[in-house]
Amino acid sequence: MNIHEYQAKNILQSFGIKTPKGRVIFQADEAERAVWGLESDVVAVKAQIHAGGRGKAGGIRLATSIDEAKKHASDILGSTLVTLQTGAEGKQVHSILLEEGCQVQQEYYLGIVIDRESSDIVLIASAEGGTEIEKTAEHDPDRIITEHISLLTGLTDFQARRMAYGLKFPQQLITEVIDVMKNLYRCFIEKDCSIAEINPLAITTEGELIALDAKLSFDSNALYRQPDVLALRDKREEDEKEIEASEHGLSYISLTGSIGCLVNGAGLAMATMDIIKHYGGSPANFLDVGGGASEDKVCAAFQLIVTDPQVKGVFVNIFGGIMKCDVIARGIVRAVKEVGLCLPLVVRLEGTNVEEGKKILDASGLDITSVSSLDEGAETVVNLTGGINNEHLG
Amino acid sequence: MSIWVNGDTRVMVQGITGRSAGFHTRAMVDYGTKIVAGVTPGREGATVEGVPVFNTVAKAVASTGATASVIYVPAPFAADAIMEAVEAELELVCCITEHIPVLDMLRVKEYLANKNTRLIGPNCPGIITPAECKIGIMPGYIHQKGNVGIVSRSGTLTYEAVYQLTRLGVGQSTAVGIGGDPISGTDFIDVLDAFNDDPETEIVVLIGEIGGTSEERACQWIKQNMQKPVVGFISGITAPPGKRMGHAGAIVSDGKGTAEEKLKAMHESGVYVAEIPSQIGETVLRLLK
Repeated sequence: MNIHEYQAKNILQSFGIKTPKGRVIFQADEAERAVWGLESDVVAVKAQIHAGGRGKAGGIRLATSIDEAKKHASDILGSTLVTLQTGAEGKQVHSILLEEGCQVQQEYYLGIVIDRESSDIVLIASAEGGTEIEKTAEHDPDRIITEHISLLTGLTDFQARRMAYGLKFPQQLITEVIDVMKNLYRCFIEKDCSIAEINPLAITTEGELIALDAKLSFDSNALYRQPDVLALRDKREEDEKEIEASEHGLSYISLTGSIGCLVNGAGLAMATMDIIKHYGGSPANFLDVGGGASEDKVCAAFQLIVTDPQVKGVFVNIFGGIMKCDVIARGIVRAVKEVGLCLPLVVRLEGTNVEEGKKILDASGLDITSVSSLDEGAETVVNLTGGINNEHLG
Repeated sequence: MSIWVNGDTRVMVQGITGRSAGFHTRAMVDYGTKIVAGVTPGREGATVEGVPVFNTVAKAVASTGATASVIYVPAPFAADAIMEAVEAELELVCCITEHIPVLDMLRVKEYLANKNTRLIGPNCPGIITPAECKIGIMPGYIHQKGNVGIVSRSGTLTYEAVYQLTRLGVGQSTAVGIGGDPISGTDFIDVLDAFNDDPETEIVVLIGEIGGTSEERACQWIKQNMQKPVVGFISGITAPPGKRMGHAGAIVSDGKGTAEEKLKAMHESGVYVAEIPSQIGETVLRLLK
């Protein structure tokens, strides 16, 4: 789960990391009052969206007067920002962070992530902070310093010290930057982060160490024990169908094609998308009903798919292990009875309780095309939805 | 032979009194697996499907001589359940539970270091040696005893591959689902290494997916060490980047872990690649002929 910059900064502050003084506004007319509370000559006006690359897309601007700040705020609020990370459709801006500007002497990058390869936590830093950090990582990997951290010891003093010296931090700030690293690590662990990033961590011309931008992402599997974090979720940043899916505990991602897919297991769900493409069709979604789904969940999943206007046909591909085919069948039958169905429906059932599942579908009297393999299912649903023809015409 | 589990493996079920665990305990017993004990704190003295329940893993081991465990404990308690099984020095622990927080798994990983227990999973279907021992949630009837070893990050894709083989009359030595999480106990290389040394395994099927670099590392290992043909498949070729496709592991970010890179690594290391999922079985069959 992602949160906004201002929320991330609030969390970092609570862990003792210094961030610029700022105010969040949700309406353009709040800008004037917000600026009154700030003491700097320059104010940064920053669009709050869950995507990077804001600066280059015009989502971060500087103002030297109240009028200018008001103008920037009203320009940005409500506008749609298209950045390198938002995709072509962009993201609408619903809130703005107004922040005290400062003169920067040097910018650093500081981040903590989980390293899958070594199965540990890694602290990453560079003296080349700011927006070019990805380029540095690619072209100049020697300028990136890493420390692998054991959960048993946590980030040790000597590791943080080694990193501070490696970054050539000024001697008078060594203790302070070590504190920042250790506090960021503490935040990562205590809040179940998947990413905790300060970029840039700046030294100002006054010699102050301050986090100018921050990004925190959280492990969605740990949100059950992080109610404070969960409360920061901004649903406007997420796809409507994906929110509905997550409320039913389904793993769902909207795609742009015309064939709705209901599958169990992420690997098989992706393979189902792949084979639909192979036969010339295009999937409308990724949907993994997960293991041990109830009839209600299956019913919700099916309704989610058929109420999507771009869907022209549905492929249910189930290989039951922990998921039982009879539960799938009952869920589908109920969903069709509740919402009706005028689209081609291709069903492939295999695995746990497959005979019971097939009996339920047969007895329902629904117009279902039953298939006995992945291949046959994909080819059939593509033919029934005219996917190949569309591709040729289009 | 086969790897890691066979007809002599004595299995305990942690979280046996849960609904799903009860159902799958029945299925494992029906398959012929020696299920000797169950563990649920506070339920000692009960039986589930005729299997005695204990309060602790240590007592279950002492009373029944269990050598392996399968875990169905809910996610918030699963990491603790794994460590309890490791502490009891079981040879094999198979964790079915999905959605375990990643920091919990990192703690488990550190706990596992220098111990002799093999952890498979979490978020996996388990391990099966057909006609001998089924540990996990896979449907038993799709398997057939034979000489093809299977290793996969995806549960349902493992079933898909197994069933294609069985329908073509090709049996399996052992099928292992290593799970789709970013941090897991057993990786591709551990399984490939075991299949390499198993005289009953003639061909190995490796099923990967987008995200992470474990397939690339496995291919590197295959190039240097594997003495048996490997058939490979990667799912998620058409998945959009930056989206989490269900498995916490299946996310492509910063251009790393793409299907293209993994397929390239497979081709370069001499893996026979099935381009679409429905061709996994036939690709194996061609090699056998």
